[in-house]
Amino acid sequence: MKFLAYLVSGISLGSIYAIIALGYTMVYGIAKMLNFAHGDVIMIGGYVSFLAAKNLGVPPLVSVLIAMAVCTVLGIVIEALAYRPLRSAPSLAVLITAIGVSYLLQNSALLIWGANPKAYTPVVSGTLQLFDGQLSISYISLLTVACCIVIMVALTLFTGRTKMGKAMRACSEDKGAAQLMGINVNRTISLTFAIGSALAAIAGALLCSFSPALMPTTGSMPGIKAFTAAVFGGIGSIPGAFLGGILLGVIEALARAYISTQLSNSIVFAVLIIVLLVRPAGLLGKYTQEKV
Amino acid sequence: MKKLSKGARSDLITYAAVILAFIVVSVLKSNGSLNRSQSGLLVPICCYIVMAVSLNLTVGILGDLSLGHAGFMSVGAFTGVITAMSLMNVIPSVWLRLTLAMIVGAFFAAVIGFLIGIPVLRLTGDYLAIVTLAFGEIIKELITCLLVGVDSEGLHIIFNVSGSKTANDLKLLEGGRVIIKGAQGATGTKTIASFTAGFILVMIALVIVQNLIRSRQGRAIMAVRDNRIAAESVGINVTRYKMMAFVTSAALAGAAGALFGLNYSNLAATKFDFNTSILVLVFVVLGGLGNIWGSIIATVVLYILPEALRGFANYRMLIYAIVLIVVMLATNNPVLKTYREELRAKFSRKDKKEAADT
Repeated sequence: MKFLAYLVSGISLGSIYAIIALGYTMVYGIAKMLNFAHGDVIMIGGYVSFLAAKNLGVPPLVSVLIAMAVCTVLGIVIEALAYRPLRSAPSLAVLITAIGVSYLLQNSALLIWGANPKAYTPVVSGTLQLFDGQLSISYISLLTVACCIVIMVALTLFTGRTKMGKAMRACSEDKGAAQLMGINVNRTISLTFAIGSALAAIAGALLCSFSPALMPTTGSMPGIKAFTAAVFGGIGSIPGAFLGGILLGVIEALARAYISTQLSNSIVFAVLIIVLLVRPAGLLGKYTQEKV
Repeated sequence: MKKLSKGARSDLITYAAVILAFIVVSVLKSNGSLNRSQSGLLVPICCYIVMAVSLNLTVGILGDLSLGHAGFMSVGAFTGVITAMSLMNVIPSVWLRLTLAMIVGAFFAAVIGFLIGIPVLRLTGDYLAIVTLAFGEIIKELITCLLVGVDSEGLHIIFNVSGSKTANDLKLLEGGRVIIKGAQGATGTKTIASFTAGFILVMIALVIVQNLIRSRQGRAIMAVRDNRIAAESVGINVTRYKMMAFVTSAALAGAAGALFGLNYSNLAATKFDFNTSILVLVFVVLGGLGNIWGSIIATVVLYILPEALRGFANYRMLIYAIVLIVVMLATNNPVLKTYREELRAKFSRKDKKEAADT
């Protein structure tokens, strides 16, 4: 029963990683850049929904919607101001810019909201008792897993079935050719950032519901973990990000419970390294043979 | 006098500039122009210069993005501190102890670099980046679990996986001292690092890296960076040269770490986290990939910048972030780039003309 409880907490933690990783992987797939600022967008999402709930007194779900709207705008603005001018620049230059944006968001948050942790009120509260109270699952876990699955399915359908989704896939395949086919590449990339940032806002609210201490650095570690999850599942692949996120969360929860609390992150990273050695493109990534 | 090649000439200029900077700063330091906090920056700056130069070898010359360079620094720092502290009674000379600590730090960092290099160098691009990041985090957490003490019987080392052990479990004899206390890191270290040692380390790092770049091996490494397949097809052993650059880089980072560790009486392993790796990477990229000279200048400027902005207190990191973004946007702006290239073309034509005249 204890094992089940750890498993459940692992899956719900993993679902948060998966939601963040989905945003990461979409942006990576199309812009071919590691958006290090993604983790900080999560943090901003957390703060916006916290403040909306506290100051405007709106219900939690509405506060999440407000956070999504703010983060969407933020994502589009970041992309337009910082990343678009570097479209043809070497990838390292874009990476450093992303790091700069990450510092900028963190330090702006520090200046505006201060370093003291804020106590976030969970979006939903209460727990579900199963097996005569032997296994308790909080509603927030259920909501997280449900959100994650809905988002994954919606994204798969969106990229697979709609015209914009097709444009996205075309851009990630070959930007030049996509442009020649009449696809507005810039707008498509903006849209991807908008979707990724909206997902980050959802992830922010869910993350803060789990661990209610909201700080300017809240997003960094989950951001790195989610990035690991995206690589783990095969970066650029939507089901891969989902699978990678869930597996990462489960491994982390089980390692923390059974092996060592201090080394849980190390174990997660060690598993990542082993997986990459066996499958260099991640679990579900496409391995393309290099042609000479 | 024998005419020097362009590369050798720029190497000599670099050495001369570093020596000149050292002399100027030493004079300023001895006549008291530097206040306490300013002179406190000197050793860390030297360490970070070595870090940037060594990371430039991996990122700029070898062309592999490493996000875990602080891990090697960490290995060097803690092995260096252990060496220096445990030899305190045996070797009275500070300089000998410092040198030994740096050599041991470099050695262990090189060994770890080699072990990490075996899996890491099989990967490329972003996958390599994430794995180096992962290794950096693993090293950090492993050191957080480490308890080390020394007494007359020798070193006592406990690996504190469960998190329940304390320094008392080391069972040190009378007169023994704890060197590394788990999450607190190295405590009570006798600080023996000095600016002169830092300068010597910078010079050694420069000599090693610049000579490596100009050597046959260095050309092979750059060939691997430019086109791995082509390099392999002309008979370059890709793995060997990649490993050579990676291990050299790790060893230098280890030596820098040892000096860094011996500059603070208290140092936690969390100091060498992902952010430190990123900090050094920023120095390298802003200085210019593959440009050793640029790395040095970028390190000095960017390390001093947040300190110089102390007057702005809370805004300094914000300004730092904005400077970072603006510099990246400006250096990669297509309009400015063409302008700069035109300027450079003008100058090089002038150079050629002068060469033809003489």
